[in-house]
Amino acid sequence: MSVLAQAADTVSTGEAVVFWILGPVALLGALGMVFARNAVHSALMLVLTMLSLGALYMVQQAPFLGFVQIIVYTGAVMMLFLFVLMLVGRDSSDSVVEVLRGQRLTGLLLGLALAVLLVAAVGRTLVNVSSVGLAGGNAGSGANVSGLGALVFTKYLFAFELTSALLITAALGAMVLAYSQSRAHDKRGQRATVTARLRGEHDRISPLPGPGVFATGNSVAVPALLPDGSVAPESVSAIIDSTPVEAFDAPHPGVSQSDAHALTGGRKALPAADPSAETEDAR
Amino acid sequence: MTPTYYLLLSALLFSIGAVGVLVRRNAIVVFMCIELMLNSVNLTLVTFARINGALDGQVIAFFVMVVAAAEVVVGLAIIMSIFRTRRTASVDDANLLKY
Repeated sequence: MSVLAQAADTVSTGEAVVFWILGPVALLGALGMVFARNAVHSALMLVLTMLSLGALYMVQQAPFLGFVQIIVYTGAVMMLFLFVLMLVGRDSSDSVVEVLRGQRLTGLLLGLALAVLLVAAVGRTLVNVSSVGLAGGNAGSGANVSGLGALVFTKYLFAFELTSALLITAALGAMVLAYSQSRAHDKRGQRATVTARLRGEHDRISPLPGPGVFATGNSVAVPALLPDGSVAPESVSAIIDSTPVEAFDAPHPGVSQSDAHALTGGRKALPAADPSAETEDAR
Repeated sequence: MTPTYYLLLSALLFSIGAVGVLVRRNAIVVFMCIELMLNSVNLTLVTFARINGALDGQVIAFFVMVVAAAEVVVGLAIIMSIFRTRRTASVDDANLLKY
């Protein structure tokens, strides 16, 4: 990098302001995520942290990564998290019972030790490092996307193709793992049902005749007629058969009993004030 | 102010994520803490890309994002299949690999 580029990369006042606002916001979001009781609150706090990190990427001359962070992480990944959270049930919060005694305290102390170690090491070794910066070179913020694209498709082409294989494998794995096969009630297929019918495992081979077929009325109480004109008793539900119905009046003169039209006329309506019939119906 | 402050912020975020993995018992929250750790590493990569004046760090951060997305998909599917058999999302209850 040239001397000009080195001179160009200084942290401007605006960037410092953005950092001192968004850095504490990101830290607060992370702390809130760890210490929130409700898992949904944890997810929303993580969204806050990721949004501020995306803005920090944009400030740090990585606009493409900033937008990818917002679109992929806070848009897709966190929505996936919330989706699974709603599926699993947000009431499944943490149990207070500690399986290993003192694990929380030990974890907190070890995390604090890690933080002190990292901050001390980074602060002591890198505090006087001079930043070259990306703005002066050909990889500036104006050419960020094209520079990234050139690198991905030349120097990192093999890794890029490996990621495509990884994504396909992950999609297949998710489908295999999330597929729920219910073995509890195994449904019999169409072919097996036909075979069972022909073997005589059912009462009759064909389905029951529907009411009103070939008859002159379409009420469920009108029985179907067989091709020879006689009444098919199976076509009417047993409930209708058992309800008390007043008998037919005398048939019209000149119409024989086996005639189809004899079934429509002369039938009286059910008496509405008959409580016994109604209770039987309700049963 | 120098870009080192970004490294300090990312170290703090990484530590918070590690504490969350150690302390929390809900498997989904543990997963979110892992995501936080990956994000802080991404911030480190972006900051070093700026310090070194090369775009390689940003490319690697991009790959980290892709791997994290794949990891989230598979991990959440595993959590769901465990929840389907055990009716729980706690990492303490999943102590058997089968049943």
